[in-house]
Amino acid sequence: MHASPVAPSMSAERSGSLPGEQRVVNDFSIQVGTVNGSGSQTANNVLMRSIFQMGVPVSGKNLFPSNIAGLPTWFTIRASKQGYIGRKKEIDFLVAMNPETAREDVMNLAPGTAAVYDAPLNLNELRDDIHFYPVPFDKLVAPVCPEAKLRKLVRNMIYDGVVAHLLGIDLEEMRKALYKQFGEKKKKAAELNWGAVLAGREYAEKNLVKTDPYWVEPMDKTAGKLILDGNTAAALGCVFAGVTVLTWYPITPSSSLAEALISYLGRFRHDEETKKATYAVVQAEDELASIGMAIGAGWAGARSMTCTSGPGISLMSEFIGLAYFAEIPVVVVDVQRVGPSTGLPTRTMQGDILSNAVLSHGDTHHPVLFPSSPEECFTMAQDAFDLAEQFQTPVFLNMDLDLGMNNWMSDPFPYPEKPLVRGKVLDAAALEKLGGFARYKDVDGDAIPYRTLPGTNHPAAAYFTRGTGHNERAGYSEREDDWIHNMDRLNRKFENMRTQAPGPDVHYMEGARVGLVCCGTSRYAVRESRDQLSRERGMNPSWLRLRAYPFSKELEEFIDRHERVYVVDQNRDAQLLMLMRMEMTPERIAKLRSVRYYGGLPLDARTVTDEIVRQEGL
Amino acid sequence: MSTAPAAPKKTNRIGLEVLPYRGGKTTLCAGCGHNSITERLIEAYYEMGVEPWRVAKMSGIGCSSKTPAYFLSQSHGFNAVHGRAPAVATGALLGNHTLQCVVISGDGDTASIGIGQFMHMLRRNVPLTYIIENNGVYGLTKGQFSATADVGSKLKTGIVNEMHPIDCCLMGIELGATLVARSFSGDKRQLSAILKAAIAHNGLSVIDVISPCVTFNDHVGSTKSYAWMKDHEEPLHEVDFVPGFSEIEVEFEEGESRVVQLHDGSRVLLHKLEHDYDPTNRFHAVEVLHEATRRQEVLTGIIYLDNKRANFTETLDMVDVPLATLPMERVRPTKQVLEQIIEEFR
Repeated sequence: MHASPVAPSMSAERSGSLPGEQRVVNDFSIQVGTVNGSGSQTANNVLMRSIFQMGVPVSGKNLFPSNIAGLPTWFTIRASKQGYIGRKKEIDFLVAMNPETAREDVMNLAPGTAAVYDAPLNLNELRDDIHFYPVPFDKLVAPVCPEAKLRKLVRNMIYDGVVAHLLGIDLEEMRKALYKQFGEKKKKAAELNWGAVLAGREYAEKNLVKTDPYWVEPMDKTAGKLILDGNTAAALGCVFAGVTVLTWYPITPSSSLAEALISYLGRFRHDEETKKATYAVVQAEDELASIGMAIGAGWAGARSMTCTSGPGISLMSEFIGLAYFAEIPVVVVDVQRVGPSTGLPTRTMQGDILSNAVLSHGDTHHPVLFPSSPEECFTMAQDAFDLAEQFQTPVFLNMDLDLGMNNWMSDPFPYPEKPLVRGKVLDAAALEKLGGFARYKDVDGDAIPYRTLPGTNHPAAAYFTRGTGHNERAGYSEREDDWIHNMDRLNRKFENMRTQAPGPDVHYMEGARVGLVCCGTSRYAVRESRDQLSRERGMNPSWLRLRAYPFSKELEEFIDRHERVYVVDQNRDAQLLMLMRMEMTPERIAKLRSVRYYGGLPLDARTVTDEIVRQEGL
Repeated sequence: MSTAPAAPKKTNRIGLEVLPYRGGKTTLCAGCGHNSITERLIEAYYEMGVEPWRVAKMSGIGCSSKTPAYFLSQSHGFNAVHGRAPAVATGALLGNHTLQCVVISGDGDTASIGIGQFMHMLRRNVPLTYIIENNGVYGLTKGQFSATADVGSKLKTGIVNEMHPIDCCLMGIELGATLVARSFSGDKRQLSAILKAAIAHNGLSVIDVISPCVTFNDHVGSTKSYAWMKDHEEPLHEVDFVPGFSEIEVEFEEGESRVVQLHDGSRVLLHKLEHDYDPTNRFHAVEVLHEATRRQEVLTGIIYLDNKRANFTETLDMVDVPLATLPMERVRPTKQVLEQIIEEFR
């Protein structure tokens, strides 16, 4: 299966796959191995968008190092006619551009994989069961890019042209994708790069004979859809939630959320007449300060938020306890990465499910929302602000690096029709009518008290906010009955969130004895694994995706209706399962099984399937 | 507690009696310097005619941090986390920049656990009054040294501090506070004038007030005791404050006093004592502080004043009304905007 360059005379006739091998259409993964900082991101996005524009469902995952330039990085594109957009464990088509990793990358491939590589690396000597396509990138880039210092960046566009030819990607779609990527302002750069694509294609056309089975063919599954990352979508959700204060500290993988938000606020949130900002953004000195400021702003009545990742969550612990106890609304977006400690800062993990839920000392618990798609990042960011102000408490939006930083197909976002929920706030007129108020009194029987904002012009408006023990009138108290009374009310308030937070996404299957439970980005692997178990093992399991903590009744019902329930976690300690165990009856706990993955890559279906098959003894 | 000297039924310029300027009964030790500072604050807010509902009182944790409960009962207060009042106060001012914010902290709050937040608040020139009730020890945990304790200062237990003290005024001058003062809780006249200047100042005022701890740091060998301050306080000048609303003509002799006009038309008068002192000269301010330390003197007065630099909320260029009160129409962009953004991702 070793394909070496052929004479140009043979190129006119584009050969199909090897005899006897079936064509594999719109169902494969491409992995591109490059060097960090070499501009490969642009080439990879153009490649992905080209396939997307041909109507084929795609996903793109960037596996990058904690480094600015020089270390190896991989980009995986998956095309799936069935619409599976989770990571595919198996690589079908490799583009090996990084001399440092190319040999190992090739040695790890399954037989029959295709591999485009930089010709001088002589990778074809390593194996004889791979469809090799050598391309002399340096020779090709010189004529299309006269400026030597730009060649490193333009060089990568050549493989787009090569791959387009080998997979049958519509060149016109690739041209559109490329010009979109560079935008109106960078026409010259776009032209230069387009030249490189054409050079790659021309070389492939004249010199390579296709022997692998992979093809892209037009479909109609992406019409109207968008491609964007979850951080951008969450930032948009915050904009349309009417966020007024963002205080943050840079940390991967949440920085791009703050930066997207700052950019949108700058574009769309200035007063039409005065041009002044209807928001404030502060880059704080650390996460202690960023959460402190967000809490101060929430106390003053702003829709305030911070965004961070695990290490920041650890630092925010004390303050979150204060906000819980003093009942101050604030939204914390946690784009999770791999911990403990600095861990793998550029890899993904559902590492903070437990810490979000019970952050801080003493008796605390907090609502946590689990978006799984850009669309949910958009809608749940709004839910988070509404819940925070309705219940006067910190709310966590629990994302992860895979969702936040990778590119996802998404339906367009619905414009929010509901008005903002600003919660129980008494203004001067209301105070005048009532004659006064008690800050922590359960007046309405829903355990949610009334609050006033500083700056309210009424003699009865003021109260004293404190992290120390307090009575209903917010007065300092160390009395046992005051303490218990208040803690019980806080608990009732939390219980009332069960019906107010977003409910789970439930899919019951006919005659299913086994159920799967997950949250967040595990959704994609679990759905695909469900189909694998069904197709390969005849199991047909049901599945339920949690969208918020505290959990609602539907989760208990789901467990009751199955004999065994596999809880899928992207962490070592089965954090989602642990959270369920904290409030389940022993009968339900006895049905729970655990499937865990914690290697830092986005979860793939095969890992889930293999583990369930093993535990089921199939 | 005993409070302002105002007679009953007397009212201030906005027609309020002194009562709303008072607060709950103090639970600090009898004779604590902090109580004197609380009294000066009550006087200052009353005499300045500040509307209590406009004030936000913030604090961290410690003896000093309890005091916001003892004044301005009709103002919102927030007793937050140890050392983190600067962040909470900054956030409150983002939510509502029209608030008149005062932070009461101690030397533990400011110079140890919260020194990072203190320094960054200085950099930002957050428009608030930051008072450090400085007694050199941790009172609530029974008398350990704080980071402002002087070299050679002795605890009741006999332990002597060997480490260099942190001078919060020097940090204030160095890092961007625009009014930096030091005073003594026992110096009624000076402290009152400085507090009023801070309330009028459009920027960050840092006031380091030596405030003796009668229980843990008022003995022989302490450099933060009443006796030590009696012998070692060295005023830079005599401070007078003339509020902007006052119609009194200010009379002073040329060459004997300096006048600094504040943002709201108020004037700070600094009457010359031994030497003429220019509080707008940052280098000189640093020099006199170092010189005083060398002589084991506690220099008091307005050490530095910059009435020109824009404060933090001004630099953010926010709309005039508080962000907290913006209605939905002003914070949620239109459907057309969402459609425009979505188009960018197709």
